[in-house]
Amino acid sequence: MSGFNLMEDKLTNAQIAWRAAQDLEDGSYVNLGIGFPEMIAKFQPEGREVTYHTENGVLGFGKAPAPGEEDWDLINAGKKAITLNPGASFFHHADSFSMVRGGHLDLAVLGAYQVAQNGDLANWRVGSKGVPAVGGAMDLVHGAKRVAVVTDHVTKDGGPKLVETCTFPLTGVGCVTRVYTSLAVIDIADGRFVLREKLPGISMAALQAVTGATLHTEGEVGDLVVLEDI
Amino acid sequence: MNKVSSSVADAVAAIPDGAQIMIGGFGGSGAPVELIHALIDRFRATGSPKAITIINNNAGNGGIGIAAMIRAGMVRKIICSFPRSSNAEAFNEKYLAGEIELELVPQGTLAERIRAAGAGIPAFYTPTSFGTELAEGKPTEEFDGKMYVRERWLKADFALIKGQKGDHAGNLTYRLAGRNFNPLMAMAADTTIAQVAELGEPGTIDPEHVVTPGIFVDMVVEVPAPEQEEVLVRKGVIY
Repeated sequence: MSGFNLMEDKLTNAQIAWRAAQDLEDGSYVNLGIGFPEMIAKFQPEGREVTYHTENGVLGFGKAPAPGEEDWDLINAGKKAITLNPGASFFHHADSFSMVRGGHLDLAVLGAYQVAQNGDLANWRVGSKGVPAVGGAMDLVHGAKRVAVVTDHVTKDGGPKLVETCTFPLTGVGCVTRVYTSLAVIDIADGRFVLREKLPGISMAALQAVTGATLHTEGEVGDLVVLEDI
Repeated sequence: MNKVSSSVADAVAAIPDGAQIMIGGFGGSGAPVELIHALIDRFRATGSPKAITIINNNAGNGGIGIAAMIRAGMVRKIICSFPRSSNAEAFNEKYLAGEIELELVPQGTLAERIRAAGAGIPAFYTPTSFGTELAEGKPTEEFDGKMYVRERWLKADFALIKGQKGDHAGNLTYRLAGRNFNPLMAMAADTTIAQVAELGEPGTIDPEHVVTPGIFVDMVVEVPAPEQEEVLVRKGVIY
């Protein structure tokens, strides 16, 4: 596709987060993974009530406190200081992960190194070097009604992150239901990537060329439209 | 019944070499800093307890608490979910040098293994880690069309935990997100030692507000105005 520069014209992380936020459902319970996924809360659409869960035992937390106002006994799973919204609650870790695995969350959003067409996710380690750390990632991929991923469409070297089979160590098997990337919105259904939206500037052929497995379509592919100035 | 211990030093005096110890807290929230430091004081004075196995979500931060235990050379093994924190140099150095053992457990599995031990349930099935390297060698079974991994209970000889209010009978409340693993660990250890910021006669905590009932607690020691681990780490304090 002439005129589309993959590295310059792709969405920023903020724009990907904004797009993912448009799918937050009113009245839902949501866990946003540490780092990039946390940004989604900033773009929660007005008029929708969302209750955020964090693994270390808080439901209903709000924005970060002002600098200097932190109480370090009140943190999220990323060890960042948080505040409480009215109606918040505390609970111990076993109850917290009962909320996760027990099917009580509506949505969990995670980052990814690789997502496979069957929904396998690799997001916790890339090799055998260094200190391994898993945290709650392997739990969070089980139980939520929807498990979404936010990610760049390609690696820093331009290689595909959406693949036929993950080559990095798995976090979970067949768990991801939707992927929001820097180029497209893709569902995972029946072991296939189903393209729902793509940036209007990129051709199907160009998008397929940077995707490691076949992109299927069911009906019309929508335009991935986001705010420009975020 | 009076479970009050007069000092943190007395409270940890009976912990032997080779003990498996659960330590409450998630990052710096809910970490029993004074009990940990009392254990380090004893090790420095007597060379004991050594060869400790620690069960915690993390593997210590900065130069205080669990990180200081590791630096002191008291720790043989850590069972945790996330050792790779931003200030985890103490663990990282020992681990990469092959001087400390690590058992990595997914966070929810860690919590449930501890809960199961406290509840007398020797094993359970969870979807977590199925198909991953952390499930290698573990039995699996299909239930209603989905695959699950069998995990065992996780017990300890001692639990060191941090409460907010406590009474002489061992009833406890917690502060904010400092609850985390503390109530689970209280159930899962042979001997549970709790430090609390406020200690009172039985009846000072409304029974409706008790989070950990005293049956799970063996010793309670008052530490007014306790140190907060994250605050110490940010100040760069080395113990």
